[in-house]
Amino acid sequence: MTLLAERPVRATAPAGPRRRKRVVLPYLLIAPTLLATAYLLLYPLIRNVIISLQEFGLPQLVRGDAEFVGLANYARVLADPEFWGVVRRTLWFTAINVVLIMVLSTLVALLLVRLNKWLRLLVMGGLVLTWATPIIAATTVFQWLFQSRLGVVNWALTALGFEQYRGYTWFADGEATFGILVTLIVWQSIPFAALSLYAAMITVPQELYEAARIDGAGAWRVFSTITFPMLKAMFGLITCLEVIWVVKAFVQIWVISQGGPGQATTTLPVYAFQVAQSLQRYDLGAAVSMLMVVLLVLALLAYFRQLYRQEREA
Amino acid sequence: MIGRISRTAAALVVFVISVFPVYWMVLTAFKPTKDIQGATPTFLPASITLEHFGTAIAAKGFFSFWRNSLLVAGGAVLLALVVALLAAFAVARLQWKGRRAFVLMVFIAQMTPWEALLIPIYVIARDTGMLDTLWMLTLVYFMITLPFTVVTLRGFLAAIPVDLEEAAQVDGCSRGQAFRRVVFPLLAPGLLATSLFGFITAWNEFAFANVLIIKDQDDRTLPVWLSSFNNTFGTDWGATMAASTLFMLPVLLIFVVLQGRVTTGIVGGAVKG
Repeated sequence: MTLLAERPVRATAPAGPRRRKRVVLPYLLIAPTLLATAYLLLYPLIRNVIISLQEFGLPQLVRGDAEFVGLANYARVLADPEFWGVVRRTLWFTAINVVLIMVLSTLVALLLVRLNKWLRLLVMGGLVLTWATPIIAATTVFQWLFQSRLGVVNWALTALGFEQYRGYTWFADGEATFGILVTLIVWQSIPFAALSLYAAMITVPQELYEAARIDGAGAWRVFSTITFPMLKAMFGLITCLEVIWVVKAFVQIWVISQGGPGQATTTLPVYAFQVAQSLQRYDLGAAVSMLMVVLLVLALLAYFRQLYRQEREA
Repeated sequence: MIGRISRTAAALVVFVISVFPVYWMVLTAFKPTKDIQGATPTFLPASITLEHFGTAIAAKGFFSFWRNSLLVAGGAVLLALVVALLAAFAVARLQWKGRRAFVLMVFIAQMTPWEALLIPIYVIARDTGMLDTLWMLTLVYFMITLPFTVVTLRGFLAAIPVDLEEAAQVDGCSRGQAFRRVVFPLLAPGLLATSLFGFITAWNEFAFANVLIIKDQDDRTLPVWLSSFNNTFGTDWGATMAASTLFMLPVLLIFVVLQGRVTTGIVGGAVKG
């Protein structure tokens, strides 16, 4: 599918009254999409900007008489050390997740290329099953896996000799909860990344690998001099997508820990929601979510640049 | 030889890690309570019980949550399909000014960080009296799936040669007839695949359902209900896993129906737009 080079559509130039119809028709056809986008996407976005520039708490929500306060909300958020703690945590969380996702997915994709047909189908089937697991089902199962008394993880760790995990309460500890969330998100993200990378890898001409092997290149050298350079754009694209997905990951965190214990797993989207919903400071929540949008737009620009490159190479 | 063995071992490890959580969920759902609470877990089904599924189905409101989820996801997908088909036709088949800008808009809309719009959509829903209605949720899910639906349908449409339509028109069909009789049957698999994927997105959605349905607990959808399993089932993990399994079942069925497209079509669609 091409973004830049639109497929040429056959030019038709019918004469007379039909011509007018032709001119109007496309706009009629896209009108519902435009209307929906305007009301359900653009308007909420603008409304978010407006709320972030107002004093908007519970009284204003009920009475509807919010007043503009300029950039006061942004000033307050940006001066709050708690916010910067959340930003740092979000970046750290994103970095760990994305690095793990990309490294493990690359390894899985390289493995898939080298497997015989049956094993490959088996592994792909497993990945698709993971992919198909709804987030809420996954969060529920992970809570069960890591349950303190009956959870299978504690049983396995105790059986392996780690006595300190007998009855260990994972979700009472900040770092442990953080680790479980990383595990969950990485587990859920690998199928898409690994299968996409695999699909790209099989497009690399086999002769290149054979030539390299004849020259005596090892596995790492083949990867770093052939596979990676050939698929650089694809790696960039998937990395950008994963960054975007991890930064805005909300449901997993909210359902498992609500950002806790303490603030241990509060990332930007969770923080914005907490401020708005629990403290009923919709104005501050809106400001935080706008700052998150700015962060995401940066990642998105990188993504579109990669997409542009990919289109040009394809 | 050593290479082959280690590759096979690695493949099995990846497989087990991918499958284990889901396997454990289903296994727990079928295990008798005394096995679930046993000191040593059993990894193979020794004896099977349907008791937990009974508990899950008997839970208060179970069927209305199913109905709500089906209504909202189904409504959103149907709406998105109709609206997107019109737009996709305009983009793939007609020539007009602003087409490229429109396509770019759809691409950008596809990347919307919906998590950042929870607050304004809550406020808008409240202002317009749409809070606690399934309509609002349907509209939001419609908008979430719309850009993806436009992009994918446009891809499917572009793959159908224009010549077929023109041939039909030469044979005396009107443009509308040509579309209905020639293009539509060819497009049907694409429509099915696209709508099923939209359905999964809406079926799984949690954040908006959690924010927009507050007062009337009977109007909740399955994900929100399941996320608060502690309130419903307490520490009855068998019933919780049975409810999760039932929730996942439709999604799994859809994946099985679409197996071929899942790895090729959607990966291509998602990555290359």
